[in-house]
Amino acid sequence: MLGQIAYALPFLAQGFALTLWVSFLVVVLSLIAGIILGAGLVYGPAPIRWAVRIFSDTIRGIPILVLIFFVYYGLPAVGVHLQSFWAAVLALTLFKTAQVVEYLRGAVGSIPKGQSEAAMAIGLTFRQRLAYVIFPQAFRRFLPPWINGVTDAVKGSALVSLLGITDLMQAINQVIGRTYEAMPLYILGALIYFAVNYALSYASRRLERRFAFIRD
Amino acid sequence: MGYTLNFNLIWRHFDKLWGGLLLSLELAVISIAIGVVIGLVLAVWYVSAGRVVRGVIAAYVEFIRNVPLILLVYLVFYGLPTVVDLAYSAQTSFVATLALYSGAYLVEVFRSGLEAVPRGQLDAGKAIGLTPWQRLLHVRLPTMMRITLPALSNTFISLFKDTSVASVISVPELTYGAQWINFNTFRIVEVYLVVTAMYLVTGYVLLFALRLVERWYRTAR
Repeated sequence: MLGQIAYALPFLAQGFALTLWVSFLVVVLSLIAGIILGAGLVYGPAPIRWAVRIFSDTIRGIPILVLIFFVYYGLPAVGVHLQSFWAAVLALTLFKTAQVVEYLRGAVGSIPKGQSEAAMAIGLTFRQRLAYVIFPQAFRRFLPPWINGVTDAVKGSALVSLLGITDLMQAINQVIGRTYEAMPLYILGALIYFAVNYALSYASRRLERRFAFIRD
Repeated sequence: MGYTLNFNLIWRHFDKLWGGLLLSLELAVISIAIGVVIGLVLAVWYVSAGRVVRGVIAAYVEFIRNVPLILLVYLVFYGLPTVVDLAYSAQTSFVATLALYSGAYLVEVFRSGLEAVPRGQLDAGKAIGLTPWQRLLHVRLPTMMRITLPALSNTFISLFKDTSVASVISVPELTYGAQWINFNTFRIVEVYLVVTAMYLVTGYVLLFALRLVERWYRTAR
């Protein structure tokens, strides 16, 4: 049994690398998209605010699995052909973007109005207010929930196995298909996911404590 | 491009979706009910326990929260029967998994609520001569409920959405119904539009109902 699992380790490692790669892409892409859309939600004109609100509430209101199937099976039906890998990354990124939008809204919203007014009073332009007053403060409130949300991206990435992408989850299922050692392999997989996510949530707790001195 | 929406086949097979939605709700309600019991018992135990018990409860919570739900679902359905002599249906297996999963999330919710109960309330309870059991039942739990209800509602809705993972072990809930129609009729865009609407409406109805409970709870005492 141990021999069979040891034999499968390089294959599992490849799957694990893919899990990390998908998670990384999703986290980076959703951060960029989320900050742009989040800024639109907080500072944009009414039509943009409404569009982002509807986007965010719709995406967050459905199971991530439904979103993945919608993107994966739906896009080819309307003539958009993406590799399954990119369809999966797109779906997970859409989901995570909606979360980032909410973290950003919460972080910016938690900065007292007086800060913005004081910046206005000393004659800073809108961009200067954001760059020197609002974002440096909002950043500290944004960071802990965002890092905590990175674990969701890693966990969510396990769903791409359903599209036939050989991530860690799929690699485990394939090795079980050959060796019939279901329990040891699932436990091994669980421990790998646990190690990554626990490290991430530990980091977020450290950060939260580090920024805990900030009060309104 | 040039895709024409045609919902006829969706309505013809709508029983798959409607039945699926009812099953999703059933799975959610049963799992959450068990999860609430697990969460409450462990949270109350945690705040008054010694280091060993705390360590064991924390290990359970941290393990479940850091592993993908889909892996836990596979582990219980495909893995567990290979080592223990148990036979259960996919549905039972999923309910057990989601109950354990929700339990771990709910321990955290209840624990932070219990720790937020003001010290003075417990002292007051002691001062008027309530036994520890009475203090728990009449002071700590009601106050905790009021503090945790908003977080609790969000957790419940999130767990309802998690029932979609049951489709991977062929439990015929809503997402499974969607896939069935997807593969058998190829009205792909239509079916996912309808299912998206069904999840959204159900989620918001649940949210609205839970907000009503919150308001009732705030004014009732």
